[in-house]
Amino acid sequence: MSHDPGYNFAYLDEGTKRMIRRTLLKAVAIPGHQVPFGAREMPLPYGWGTGGIQVTASILGRDDTLKVIDQGADDTTNAVSIRRFFARVAGVRTTTRTAEATVIQTRHRIPEAPLREGQVIVYQVPMPEPLFRLEPRLAETRRMHALADYGLMHVKLYEDIARHGHVSTAYNYPVMVGGRYLMSPSPIPAFDNPKMDHMPALQLFGAGREKKIYAVPPYTSVRSLDFEDHPFRPHRADGTCAFCGARDSYLDEVVCDDQGSRMFICSDTDYCESRWEPEQ
Amino acid sequence: MMRPGFHDPVPEAQGCFRAMLDAMSRPGRVHTLDVALDAPPPLAPATAAVLLTLADAETSLHLMPDGAAAGDWVRFHCGSAPASLPEASFVLSLGIHPPLSALRQGSEEAPEQGATLICQVRSLTEGEGWRLAGPGIRDFHHLRVEGLAADFLQQWAAQRPAFPRGVDIILCAGRQLAALPRTVTIEEG
Amino acid sequence: MAYVAVKGGEAAIANAHGWMAERRRGDPEVPALSTRQVEEQLGLAVDRVMAEGACHDRGLAALAIKQAQGDLIEAAFLLRAYRTTLPRFGHAAPLDTGAMRVQRRISAVFKDLPGGQLLGPTLDYTHRLLDFALAAEKEAPPEPAAEIPGDAAGRLPRVADFLVREGLMRREADSGQEPPDLTRDPPDFPASRAARLQNLARGDEGFLLSLGYSTQRGYGNNHPFVGEIRQGKVAVRFTPPELGFEIEIGAITVTECEMVNQFQGSKSEPAQFTSGYGLVLGRGERKAMSMALVDRALKAGELGEDRTAPAQDEEFVLMHSDNIEATGFVEHLKLPHYVDFQSELEVIRRMRSTAGTSATGSEA
Repeated sequence: MSHDPGYNFAYLDEGTKRMIRRTLLKAVAIPGHQVPFGAREMPLPYGWGTGGIQVTASILGRDDTLKVIDQGADDTTNAVSIRRFFARVAGVRTTTRTAEATVIQTRHRIPEAPLREGQVIVYQVPMPEPLFRLEPRLAETRRMHALADYGLMHVKLYEDIARHGHVSTAYNYPVMVGGRYLMSPSPIPAFDNPKMDHMPALQLFGAGREKKIYAVPPYTSVRSLDFEDHPFRPHRADGTCAFCGARDSYLDEVVCDDQGSRMFICSDTDYCESRWEPEQ
Repeated sequence: MMRPGFHDPVPEAQGCFRAMLDAMSRPGRVHTLDVALDAPPPLAPATAAVLLTLADAETSLHLMPDGAAAGDWVRFHCGSAPASLPEASFVLSLGIHPPLSALRQGSEEAPEQGATLICQVRSLTEGEGWRLAGPGIRDFHHLRVEGLAADFLQQWAAQRPAFPRGVDIILCAGRQLAALPRTVTIEEG
Repeated sequence: MAYVAVKGGEAAIANAHGWMAERRRGDPEVPALSTRQVEEQLGLAVDRVMAEGACHDRGLAALAIKQAQGDLIEAAFLLRAYRTTLPRFGHAAPLDTGAMRVQRRISAVFKDLPGGQLLGPTLDYTHRLLDFALAAEKEAPPEPAAEIPGDAAGRLPRVADFLVREGLMRREADSGQEPPDLTRDPPDFPASRAARLQNLARGDEGFLLSLGYSTQRGYGNNHPFVGEIRQGKVAVRFTPPELGFEIEIGAITVTECEMVNQFQGSKSEPAQFTSGYGLVLGRGERKAMSMALVDRALKAGELGEDRTAPAQDEEFVLMHSDNIEATGFVEHLKLPHYVDFQSELEVIRRMRSTAGTSATGSEA
């Protein structure tokens, strides 16, 4: 497959790629630290994955195999749109199989199948600042990160527990990376957080509108914030996938009729299909 | 006559970058670059490829030694602004590298502004020598480097307490490269 | 099977785009609109798209408006996305608006001034009555204006300069620093004035209008007067590195506004006038005025004024002025969020059951 000759390979010009590549190396060298970068305006809207797209475009090569998921699924509209974009401007092979992919761009999920060395997962990030709901000012949060002053977040979680008996954050659950930086894992469900810890694959995070890139190298400690008497517990719907019968995967709830009957299906479509295909 | 840069810049820069990204993500892993690069001596092909991949007019570069024979080639192909040692975002060392503490360290708020030292050494051997640990490494990696300053390990240990400030190193020898991000701890093997 | 509901994204997208293309064309019985018509007859829309799209090209802006079916934010987005693919050759010399060939120049603070008041083409003083003649099939060409003034040539002195000379207004001096390029450098706070003005010049007209308005209503305590508004063509000068000397590469229409504001003085400054500055590509008078109000409000920090109002809050203003960023993030809420929502559902159910248990417990 070849790429659209009207554009440079992977759309971005080489100067922009160099700038992003330099940013990525620093991001990897300082795990969890948000590195500002000169995000470009992309032909897709801000908030629709422009950060992830710029990161993917800067690392992608002719030999890569790309998988794009949104909400865990390869066939959600925005995943389709981004996959088509790269098929057009980079001409790379694409796949829906997690195991076959060398680069996985994702929005809101980590695949169920464990990722391996040699794979890179690129997260689309809307708000890279984990403290933004508590302190929206960048100048202020930058200072907090410099001092590793994360008391505000601990207080918030503690108040949750005092009021509700448990933490009310269900997605975008904050993590500490390498014991130093508080980091937003992007709006993945807290269920996925443990997959980030000591993951063999490289994890890259791109926030286009907010112009930040950050990273977690392989085999790096990623700990969800918690308290000794209230340890972090990942939750999923207590159900079974109606298609593949999985009891361990993250489930989407689907309303089936106007009486409110519902069923559960795997959010990770590739995981689901891999479980029922052999039986057919 | 000026020797050329990459023959096919887009895929070659991408390939070299992925090797660097993996090297930085897995400290101590040695990568062999697959580029046909006719770099002028004393530049090793890996050193030249790293420069072509990362440096450009938007970066500043300090070249050591100052009058290195390959200087014209580097200036022509990269176009980086020359900068003093404590100011430069990239420092290219072809002889004995400068003390790490003399390089830009970045600040607590912007540690990413710590310099990258591109350090050409005599040889890189994986699986023996130093014992490396830290992010990117499951248990330990072993790496032997010939051609660094005699007190390199002391220099490295001295910058660790300043984390997240510090210097990252890309080591180049022949067609090979490895990286030492500031997070890695190094013990004598 | 229910799975159909979440399959078939690719076909759905293709169909949606096809349908939208049909909508764009409208009734095929009606002749298609040419981009020249847009450029000539919807000139102020073209100007707004150029300003917010940050790209001076009337033809492309007209094309963007046609393609976007008149959605001006969408059109500005199209232009931005195009602009970002263009190579950057360097930066032009600062525009010399003092040498503008003005078509319009007014001051609200002096009855007359050197160079005079020049009303120029404006909607001011029109009565906003729908002109049904324009709806007629065959529109009569407008009567030629009784007297078409030639573009005023030569240098026109600025109102601000009179006040500066008298020592009544702070002199704005070039800091001499290389201005940042906010299309390439990530934002940093506190921002330089150059970065601030760049940001405002590309900012959304509606956002700046509302913020500027808020300063008039006491949120920021501006006491603004229109020192001067001028509109006309100004030369763009550039030094190509291969030539080594400056050449004129063309002329563009811009609108410039300088507001004069009372300032009661502070611990560090005596009472004097201060200014707010607005400059917009094309004929964007409303935006230039709004920009000048907001620029003045943002000077609060430098002037030692209390920063209490939204328009004085630099990070707030600059991080939310860009309608391309704003529209993307607001509209991204349309994307599927069912994974996050599912996790919220679980948490809410868990909280309710905990609350239920404890409520029952206390009753017992």
